[in-house]
Amino acid sequence: MVTKDEHIVSSTEKVISIRDLYKSFGSLHVLRGIDLDVYRGENVVVLGRSGTGKSVLIKLLVGLLTPDKGMVNVLGQEVPLLKGKELDALRLKIGFSFQNSALYDSMNVRQNLEFPLVMNFKNLSRKEIDQRVHEVLESVGLRDKINQLPSDLSGGQRKRIGIARTLILKPEIMLYDEPTSGLDPITSIEINELINEVQKEYKTSSIIITHDLTCAKTTGNRVAMLLDGKFLKVGSFEEVFRVDDERVRNFYNYNFIQ
Amino acid sequence: MAGHNSKPFVFSRNVDDYFIGVAKAARFAGRFFREAFKSPFHLREIINQCYEVGLRSLPLITLTGFITGMVFTKQSRPSLESFGATSWLPSLISIAVVRALGSLVTALICSGKVGSSIGAELGSMRVTEQIDAMEVSAINPFKYLVVTRVWATTITIPVLALYCSFVGLLGSYVNVNAHEATSFIGFFEHGFESITFLDLFTSVIKSIFFGFTIGVVGCYKGFYASQGTQGVGKAANQAVVVSMFLVFIEEVVIVQISNWFRYF
Repeated sequence: MVTKDEHIVSSTEKVISIRDLYKSFGSLHVLRGIDLDVYRGENVVVLGRSGTGKSVLIKLLVGLLTPDKGMVNVLGQEVPLLKGKELDALRLKIGFSFQNSALYDSMNVRQNLEFPLVMNFKNLSRKEIDQRVHEVLESVGLRDKINQLPSDLSGGQRKRIGIARTLILKPEIMLYDEPTSGLDPITSIEINELINEVQKEYKTSSIIITHDLTCAKTTGNRVAMLLDGKFLKVGSFEEVFRVDDERVRNFYNYNFIQ
Repeated sequence: MAGHNSKPFVFSRNVDDYFIGVAKAARFAGRFFREAFKSPFHLREIINQCYEVGLRSLPLITLTGFITGMVFTKQSRPSLESFGATSWLPSLISIAVVRALGSLVTALICSGKVGSSIGAELGSMRVTEQIDAMEVSAINPFKYLVVTRVWATTITIPVLALYCSFVGLLGSYVNVNAHEATSFIGFFEHGFESITFLDLFTSVIKSIFFGFTIGVVGCYKGFYASQGTQGVGKAANQAVVVSMFLVFIEEVVIVQISNWFRYF
């Protein structure tokens, strides 16, 4: 088992920098002035209740959504200003693990994993592609599932294959959207371990969106608590839950009871 | 939420939404033309989709085309018999099938089978974030999913329409042969005598428009599906309704234009 403490985090090199970020959908103000820095090699967990804009935040980082106001800088580039090939080049350096895995239904595991490679790197040989596929399947521990369809996989296996599909492009940054949601406690622990292994083996910096405190405590070097469209506190798990705020206490108690 | 929104509606919510929808669909079709002629062309996926469109519709088109030709002949016979003009049946049926029925029947079947299937498939991909997954992997989903499918319907539906016309004439021949001793070659020679180049050309052009419409509408409805599984059903349903409606409008317009040429 790999823990987050075994990994060295750079305290100077920022890979993600967010300043004064606002995003609304009609009259619904989701993000109201977010500031966050993510340093190379660290895992930052964004905690918050459902519907507080956690997923919106990471979608803004890959240009799936555009901010109303503020700065989103990823690997030294202003994401809202990027278009076409520049945005694609940045996206190749970011792995995005979706809440429901988003595996392509019509493709088997091998085809799902090959797809981003084949579409982006036309000059790769069959042998190189096979090697990369086996490498990432090994990383997520599902080598025997290579010819199965997504519909034949369990929830945890789908999450793992979703993560493997992002790892095949060797990203510098990983974004996990609710990696443990809908999973039983044992599978959740396995996914948390996998997130730590990915951080160590692939030397990634990550943002992990979750409302699962076990996931936050196990995987996060720092935790950011999102409340009412703003970060109430960014710091270690213990620092965040020492804050004297009823909403934070309720959040902690609910998770504990659950 | 007109009351909560600072932006008032120009006409009413429904009318505004209708015009916004039309503008978005036109922009979607425009994007197809901008991206369809630029590499990468995803030829393998286009061939795969052509195969899907053709294979999915072939049995139904065969059956419907054959029955349409046979029933149309059977219904036309009494009228022609009263004039003693049953020998005109092959010509009448050929003109009807090639000019209108073949392409129209094919388009309606494909609206139902192919349009709904594309709408549901892309809709399902949208609500399960598969389209977003493509986008964040630096793959252009419009190019890979939409352009390939629209090319496939635009190429395949004219071929299916010609096939449907041929099968329709076969059905007609079966009925004619059951009443009069007519040879297969004789029936077709007689039928084709009345067909002009303009008839065939118009039929193919019409089918190209129908194919393009079915592809674009199916993809548009699926690509912008929302509201979970309910949205997928809605996308599939609207793909059929809207494409059928547009097919009839195009039929009227193209027939009108071809008639100007015919009598020019």
